[in-house]
Amino acid sequence: MTKLLIKGARIVDPASGRDEVGDVFIADGKISANNEKADQTVEAKGLVVAPGLIDLSARLREPGYEYKATLESEMDAAVAGGVTSLACPPDTDPPLDEPGLVDMLRRRAKALARARVYPIGALTVKLAGERLTEMAELSEAGCVAFSQANAPLADTQVLWRAMQYAATFGFPVWLRAEDRSLAHGGVAHDGEVATRLGLPGIPAFAETIALDTLLQLVRATGSRVHVCRLSSAVAVEMIRAAKKEGLPVSCDVGIHHVHLSEMDLGYYDSHCRLEPPLRSQRDRAALAAGLAEGTIDCAVSDHTPVDEDQKQKPFSEAEPGAVGLELLLPLVLKWGAQQKLPLAKTLARVTSDPARVLGVQSGRIAPGAPADLVVFDPAELWRVVPEALKSQGKNTPFLGYELAGRVRTTIVAGKVVYERR
Amino acid sequence: MAANPQLNANGELQHLLCIEGLPREILTQILDTAEPFTGVTEREVKKVPLLRGKSVFNLFFEASTRTRTTFEIAAKRLSADVINLNIAVSSQSKGESLLDTVANLSAMQADVFVVRHASSGAPYLIARHVKPHEHVINAGDGRHAHPTQGLLDLYTIRHYKKDFTRLTVAIVGDVLHSRVARSLIHGLTTLGVPEVRVIGPQTLLPAGVESLGVRVFHDMRAGLKDCDVVVMLRLQNERMNGALLPSAQEFFKHYGLTADKLALARSDAIVMHPGPMNRGVEIDSSVADGPHSVILPQVTFGIAVRMAVMSIVAGN
Amino acid sequence: MTRLPDAEILLPKLATELKAHVTPAAAMIGLHTGGAWLAERLHPLLGLKDPLGLMDIAFYRDDYAKEGLKHDPKRTRIPFEVEGREILLVDDVLYTGRTVRAAMNELFDYGRPKSIALVVLADRGGRQLPIAAQYCGAQVEVPAGMRLRLKRAPDGKLALELERGG
Repeated sequence: MTKLLIKGARIVDPASGRDEVGDVFIADGKISANNEKADQTVEAKGLVVAPGLIDLSARLREPGYEYKATLESEMDAAVAGGVTSLACPPDTDPPLDEPGLVDMLRRRAKALARARVYPIGALTVKLAGERLTEMAELSEAGCVAFSQANAPLADTQVLWRAMQYAATFGFPVWLRAEDRSLAHGGVAHDGEVATRLGLPGIPAFAETIALDTLLQLVRATGSRVHVCRLSSAVAVEMIRAAKKEGLPVSCDVGIHHVHLSEMDLGYYDSHCRLEPPLRSQRDRAALAAGLAEGTIDCAVSDHTPVDEDQKQKPFSEAEPGAVGLELLLPLVLKWGAQQKLPLAKTLARVTSDPARVLGVQSGRIAPGAPADLVVFDPAELWRVVPEALKSQGKNTPFLGYELAGRVRTTIVAGKVVYERR
Repeated sequence: MAANPQLNANGELQHLLCIEGLPREILTQILDTAEPFTGVTEREVKKVPLLRGKSVFNLFFEASTRTRTTFEIAAKRLSADVINLNIAVSSQSKGESLLDTVANLSAMQADVFVVRHASSGAPYLIARHVKPHEHVINAGDGRHAHPTQGLLDLYTIRHYKKDFTRLTVAIVGDVLHSRVARSLIHGLTTLGVPEVRVIGPQTLLPAGVESLGVRVFHDMRAGLKDCDVVVMLRLQNERMNGALLPSAQEFFKHYGLTADKLALARSDAIVMHPGPMNRGVEIDSSVADGPHSVILPQVTFGIAVRMAVMSIVAGN
Repeated sequence: MTRLPDAEILLPKLATELKAHVTPAAAMIGLHTGGAWLAERLHPLLGLKDPLGLMDIAFYRDDYAKEGLKHDPKRTRIPFEVEGREILLVDDVLYTGRTVRAAMNELFDYGRPKSIALVVLADRGGRQLPIAAQYCGAQVEVPAGMRLRLKRAPDGKLALELERGG
């Protein structure tokens, strides 16, 4: 096995708070305490080395949506973005409700030998919200949690039973809080912008009413719940109170939602058609602050490749979603700078904190930890243009923007899987 | 935010997509230009040669005979060639995308696209993709805007009331779903109307409607007090099915315009309706046919206003 | 510097000439804006039967494709039947002839006149179309790059003026 030396970098390890210039040694796929003679050296003077990013939501579009993107292209995108571990939601086609599918996905990902893939299994069969999946079987096949992706459960009784069942085995349940009937037909935040643009709205209380139900069920079942993609200020307050109470909840926010609001829809920019919708500036501010404070545990890309034809449609007909694997790093750095946070704290939200939620050993730089690392230049500016993205999807509201923060080298299990010349 | 897609580099109108965002000068220009066009209908030859040799394509993705007909008449009075395309059923159901439909028509030398679509924002998408010499006029997109209707409403108000800066205007009914209401509100606030009121039950008023610059009334009698202009909106039957209203009867009782409610407005108030009217639902026949009603003149003005819009954009 | 003729002196001269040749059955139309001012002064001096007509040629200009629609077109009002009439078309300055061509096109959309005679205060030459005035106040030479205009003072006095422009 190669012995790798990362030389002269600014080492930022959020888990320990370490932020100093030094060398990192890797041997046998793990971070090593010893400074043995290296076979390969990565010159990293003037650059930062941090744990590889852990993205709790990235769609790889396989199986079923290969015309939108493939495992290869999206795994390339992941490591080009410095993402060394990612969790993929179960809304593939067919959904990840069968152990065979999960197994195949894991094998394919492993064979590509790029980022580590943690599949999230479907909570109900076909995500239809009626029958439970064989969660134990799916867990054995490699699922780390169970979710309904963007198809929230309409039947509260099913939700309750699903949470009870998952709690039986200690399986985490990852859910987006959304009341299906209140959200029905809506495509944008129900507020001033939707009113002016004449778009059907999804009120913020579609999220908070469902969140309240979810939290009550957590109390009743003891199920460990990770609330996905918060979108409103009130939801942040509710999570804060729930954590204070000691409930076993964690949550994340899509990185787009800490930067953008309903104002960014402009003249019907369908790249801003997202689930959940971009809400008011007040909501955005609360999400950004909640992430800084730690009430929101981590930021995710919610990477969703959509082909351009599906975006070149009137706003309410366009397919929702934006890509983000290659933008997670610069966007989290931008957020951290705006919140005036030290780099270690900024990066915690995409490394050590998601590692904690996922329950994995990566996400830290310490002897014995898996050697999943990213070496990047925090100051390097680059323009977000389709040619610069490895993902097959080019759908991002940040097209044309100039962002700071570019990956040089990505290392997974001690091997260099991406290098930018 | 991107530059206003309706204006070209010289700040002239190249597309008419929405009244919101248009400077007062352009609205006034359109109203002033419409004035002489009203005279064209009174002549022997009801045509002027402005758009001779130009092609106007009516792209109606949402069916409408009334609006389409007035655009057709307006275009023909400008000597343009008119082609009507009711895409509602044909190519869209075959799966052809909106942009492909437009590109195919563009290849047939179109000059002006008049577009009506069920999805808000569709004309913006089209305007982003047409050639420089092609112009888009929004004939109604979802619940977002119906700018030519808003303009003809403004023209009507100006014709009867002259000075916008002294008026109280009330818009009554289903504002939530109404592109006509939104366009009119933007026009009125841009032209300096000091008090614009919306009157309706909470279920029919959109979130944050005050941010458009209007005062909200749920009590129609209070809302109509001392109004100079009353605009009644059409209530569609579907609204009763969507848990927004219990019945047409109850709606008429509280929000229908009857003579006794109208008496609370000023004695010289005018009553408008974009049509088609639901008699006995939003408006009583005695009022619709009564002395305050200017509903029929609205239609005549509509042709002149659309002639003005087409001749202004096609010349820029 | 070209000395421009005094419009207030040309006007009665024109009126005298017209009175000698025109019957009360003729009808007059002034072209906005200068022609309309001129016609408003001439009309009462000629004892014509019908009220004065006013015409705006905005919708008949031949430069629409290049220039678009000019701002603030006024309403054309012709309060008499055009069919079979002797029409006096009045404009302030005759130059390329395009304005008169547009006016004639517009006039024919109202009906078929028996005849049209053109009355202008000043002819500056430079015709681009085969158009001539039957009644003309004065020939005026205009330097290159200048425009000849009729102006009306607040007290109603008319005057010919030069200004920069094509």
